[in-house]
Amino acid sequence: MVDSVQAIAKERAAELLEQIGPETAREMLQVMWATRAFEEKAEELYGLGRTHGTMHLSIGQEGSAAGANYALRRGYDYLLNHHRGHGHMMAWGSDVNRTMAEFLGKEGGYCRGRGGSMHIADVERNNLGANGIVAGGIPIAVGVGLSIKLRKTDQVGIVMFGDGAANEGAFHESLNMAAVWDLPVIYYCENNQYAMSMAVERAFTVEHISQRACAYNIPGETVDGNDVLSVYDAVSRAAARARAGHGPTLIEALTYRWRGHSRSDRQLYRTRDEIKEWQEKDPIPRFEARLLEAGFITEEEAKAIRDAGYQRIEEAVAFADNSPDPDVATLMDGIYA
Amino acid sequence: MPEPRELTYMEALREGLRQAMETDERVFLIGEDIGVYGGAFGVSAGLIDQFGGERVIDTPISEAGIAGAVTGAAMTGMRPVGEIQFMDFVTLSMEQLVLQAAKVRFMFGGKATVPFVLRMPGGSGTGAAAQHSESLENWFVHVPGLKVVMPSNAYDAKGLLLASIYDDNPVIFIEHKLLYKTKGHVPEEMYQVPLSSTNVAREGTDLTVVATSVMVQRALEAAAQLAGEGIEIEVVDPRTLLPLDDAPIIESVKKTGKLLIVHEAVGTGGFGGEIAARVAASDAFDYLDAPIRRLTGKDMPIPYNRMLEYHTVPQVENIVEEARKLAQGAY
Repeated sequence: MVDSVQAIAKERAAELLEQIGPETAREMLQVMWATRAFEEKAEELYGLGRTHGTMHLSIGQEGSAAGANYALRRGYDYLLNHHRGHGHMMAWGSDVNRTMAEFLGKEGGYCRGRGGSMHIADVERNNLGANGIVAGGIPIAVGVGLSIKLRKTDQVGIVMFGDGAANEGAFHESLNMAAVWDLPVIYYCENNQYAMSMAVERAFTVEHISQRACAYNIPGETVDGNDVLSVYDAVSRAAARARAGHGPTLIEALTYRWRGHSRSDRQLYRTRDEIKEWQEKDPIPRFEARLLEAGFITEEEAKAIRDAGYQRIEEAVAFADNSPDPDVATLMDGIYA
Repeated sequence: MPEPRELTYMEALREGLRQAMETDERVFLIGEDIGVYGGAFGVSAGLIDQFGGERVIDTPISEAGIAGAVTGAAMTGMRPVGEIQFMDFVTLSMEQLVLQAAKVRFMFGGKATVPFVLRMPGGSGTGAAAQHSESLENWFVHVPGLKVVMPSNAYDAKGLLLASIYDDNPVIFIEHKLLYKTKGHVPEEMYQVPLSSTNVAREGTDLTVVATSVMVQRALEAAAQLAGEGIEIEVVDPRTLLPLDDAPIIESVKKTGKLLIVHEAVGTGGFGGEIAARVAASDAFDYLDAPIRRLTGKDMPIPYNRMLEYHTVPQVENIVEEARKLAQGAY
């Protein structure tokens, strides 16, 4: 499926890399490694019985998160995230310590341990939270877009969702409303090929989910979601369009989750060969290779960046370990303002 | 002294909306046919002329989208007032209201606010039959994080609406179609009736009637009739169902020793059960001289036929009869 998408042109890739600059590019690479390390650590902690609930790992999707978030003014624009959202937390620049502490249900977590993996938010930086409901954030993005328009700021809202969400009724209502009012919203679909066990081939008749954009007369684009620059390019253009008052864009990023949907997944619906095939398209080495080729990093630096990403997660776990459990006396805090 | 200024319930709502929009740029209206059409019942008539289509926003028929729009706008600094054309249609908004709007603040550790009002007309009596006559307030009463408001008269309609707009929580604001044309004293200035402030609408000594929405008016009529027979009913109107201010209800029952609860929604799983349980669990229990009684909509959909519809929900004569029996010791 990803083969049906044209690769980004060499000249355009070089132009984007120059625009991003070596410093930010290195940071993006490190965020991707940190995301992978976070997910691996999450899995390990789960195995040790350290976590209370389930989790949805984004290993294999790190490039999609880095490319999309770094194309925006993180902390000024708005992010609505989904349930497989640890990578978006980090790529948005939200604090890894507090994200890990939330994952472990601690008072020092972003949501004081009330939200957990599926509801982590960093409201102060306009990160309006992960969402436990498939398509739950999509209608909220309409309100975010309306609010931006009424307040007359040049902000943009991006809502992340998966292929499964595109088959919820809320998707249709929301894209239509955003389109008729030219709202500054980017609908960013991470098509990781499966809604739990439902393969996209069984759930859609269109080849690309982005084709649905034509129903709303807005641009729709499918990109290689495992190529950071392709994603960055598409989201940058959508953001510019939104800021210019020309309305929403639907972007579909083709990617793949290496792990199961959640802990209950026995992966009976796909083959090992398929997983292996996608692992060969691993977004992290691909971005690393680009940076090496551009002379942004040396082989040695590449290794150091990777190590720093993994080291960051060790620090985050230490922070979370030092954070207390919430006090039961505060059980009912925060229900009402 | 000049006559007190009178407005209809609908005019009171419209005046509240207008004044909020005049004084606060964060307030805007969004809903189906609320612009030039003026809303299905006319509440927003004329507001688009004053504020334009940017702040009186007509939407496609998209109730989940409307609920999402008010939620997202509220989370990002606005104070939207949405309209669901008939309360029945809010069934199409439930995910956004119940799983998003009501919960984000709590889920995010108390770090988001969702200050919106979602207005909707409920209730029967217009021949609109089963899909346009629902009283679903208790669906929302069961959702912590939401507030549920049901004004029973013109004065409260404006004051509760303004209080709801300036409350920092998502408020489900349930109007009643039959009340839109009822008149009452409504001051011109902006005023708020505090949320969660139960009101004793009529004082009495023999029996407490707790009623909501249009049933408050019917209970007051019943009380006037029974006063002629020497039975003095105290009518108590919660006004806000969630969070409920139950102290005045408990105090009233301690005074009268008898409790009748009247609402239009179906009885089973209805708000009356909550009132009964709170009174039974309170120190008012020792003061009860008779079983707690409920008079509610029958456990059935609203029928079309005028006579059948009439007999589906409590009417004044039903309240008179039930209150009389309770007051006279029939139970």
